[in-house]
Amino acid sequence: MTTTAGRHAETDFRTRLQDWLPKIVLAPSVASVMIFVYGFILYTLYLSFTNSKMLPSYDWVGLENYIKLWNLPVWYTALANLAIFASLYIVICTVIGLLLAVFLDQKIRGEGLLRPIYLYPMALSFIVTGTAWKWFLDPGIGLEKTMRLWGWESFSFTWIKDNDMAIYTIVIAAVWQTSGFVMAMFLAGLRGIDNDILKAAQIDGASNWQLYRRIVIPLLRPAFLSAFVILSHLAIKSYDLVIALTGGGPGTSTQLPATFMYSYTFTRKSMGIGAASAVIMLMTIAAIMIPYLYAELKEKK
Amino acid sequence: MSAVTQDTAVRTGRITRTFIYVVLLVFALFYLLPFFVMVVNSVKPLSEITGGNMMALPQVWTLEPWRQAWSTAQVGVEPTGLRPYFMNSVMMVVPAVAISTVVGALNGYVLTKWRFRGDSILFGLMLFSCFIPFQIVLIPMARLLGLMGLAGSVPGLILVHVVYGIGFTTLYFRNYYAAFPTELVRAAMIDGAGFFQIFWRIMLPVSGPIIVVSVIWQFTNIWNDFLFGVSFGGTSQPMTAALNNLVNSSTGVKEYNVHFAGAILAALPTLIVYIVAGRYFVRGLMAGSVKG
Repeated sequence: MTTTAGRHAETDFRTRLQDWLPKIVLAPSVASVMIFVYGFILYTLYLSFTNSKMLPSYDWVGLENYIKLWNLPVWYTALANLAIFASLYIVICTVIGLLLAVFLDQKIRGEGLLRPIYLYPMALSFIVTGTAWKWFLDPGIGLEKTMRLWGWESFSFTWIKDNDMAIYTIVIAAVWQTSGFVMAMFLAGLRGIDNDILKAAQIDGASNWQLYRRIVIPLLRPAFLSAFVILSHLAIKSYDLVIALTGGGPGTSTQLPATFMYSYTFTRKSMGIGAASAVIMLMTIAAIMIPYLYAELKEKK
Repeated sequence: MSAVTQDTAVRTGRITRTFIYVVLLVFALFYLLPFFVMVVNSVKPLSEITGGNMMALPQVWTLEPWRQAWSTAQVGVEPTGLRPYFMNSVMMVVPAVAISTVVGALNGYVLTKWRFRGDSILFGLMLFSCFIPFQIVLIPMARLLGLMGLAGSVPGLILVHVVYGIGFTTLYFRNYYAAFPTELVRAAMIDGAGFFQIFWRIMLPVSGPIIVVSVIWQFTNIWNDFLFGVSFGGTSQPMTAALNNLVNSSTGVKEYNVHFAGAILAALPTLIVYIVAGRYFVRGLMAGSVKG
């Protein structure tokens, strides 16, 4: 009698422990996310309402930093650049990615060789990408000089030194780095489509063009959405590439919100304004990500 | 999968096919060109770069730029070459990848096989953390690392990368384990297997593909990270920050060949990982997280 009771108590403890174990295992991660992500977001949010300069201060100044921020011409430059960069980057990557995926999907000889060639830039850091392209686009030693040496004397390509055009060089380098990855996403989508649907449509007399426009592309909707989300979040976070390629210049012509935040916070000692710009960046990403994540999670249930 | 590939329903004529091949080859050239240029010019003497054509093969082959980039080039103020920074990156990447992958695996296991009330909300919170712009955490992180005495140190960088990496690793493992039959776990529970036993004996043996994905993802991201490295690296800066210093140092003649050798050195580890295991990465990624 006593032994069974003892055993009961023991198994009780064990099952209790088993019940709690999963939560204990998960707890450190949840705690660190709560502190390092959400706690830190609140802290930065708070700082954006204070007059923090070089060091954090806790003197509340209301919306002053936001008002200052929106009165800075360079902030508008950064936002305008982000708009140009993000839209071109997303559109061009998607178009190239889709094109290459569709073409590669036509029983191409050497697909096994081409795919890694398209994909390898994604293994490189934006710093390496920027270093390579900075040099390649430098008129004095790169593409322009080569073309001239090859006999095209009037060839001129000075975008990287041009205030109005420099932002497009960032688009070129970024597209080079990421478009292969987008290709892989679309290719996976294409390979997942049931061929019988396509065959049926063909028997009904659909042309290749109609086949893709009416059937394949609509079926790729999830891949489009994933590509959009990944690319837009990469665009808003873009920092390294600008630093490596143009350093934000010439002048301030290739500043993005990410480089703006860094220079105002750490170089110009205006932490309050830097924090305010970070808050705006976060809100922009949240506006894109939260609906997407919500839909994803709901669907999976 | 390959059966589907081989049997595509679309038929194309000869002209279209030629066109397709041309486009594919042009793009291959576009992707290869900058890297080709880097490699070719990293084995040339500087005079051939400033005086010659970037597309031309070297007249004099030399490994001197590589040696300089590795051990004597001026990085910041010290003529140390990139070697110490390469070591910093290695010491940072290995533990950070290992820890975040193990934690991600355990989290994914709990979130799919030991579900409890509110687990979806916790997962959602972790998931969103993958996508925050890191600018929002830079200021408090710098302060906290300072308070903990970890500012400018490799352990500090490890902490940062683990903390902001577990969102992704958890996502990968959760999606992967979600497809694993829960009945098997139930059966093992009834047989008296405990939490860790089930993880060790049942989940881990089938986790190969997703471990590959998680390791490659984390390795690439952490090795390639620049923002955290430059913000919190201090004197223990990783390779990316050092390369940027090397390339953008304003003193003296710009030794492009050394810069290229340095850039390739910075890219080499991730390139090797990608060449060795890239195939599994894309495959696993498609199956796991990005629904194509």
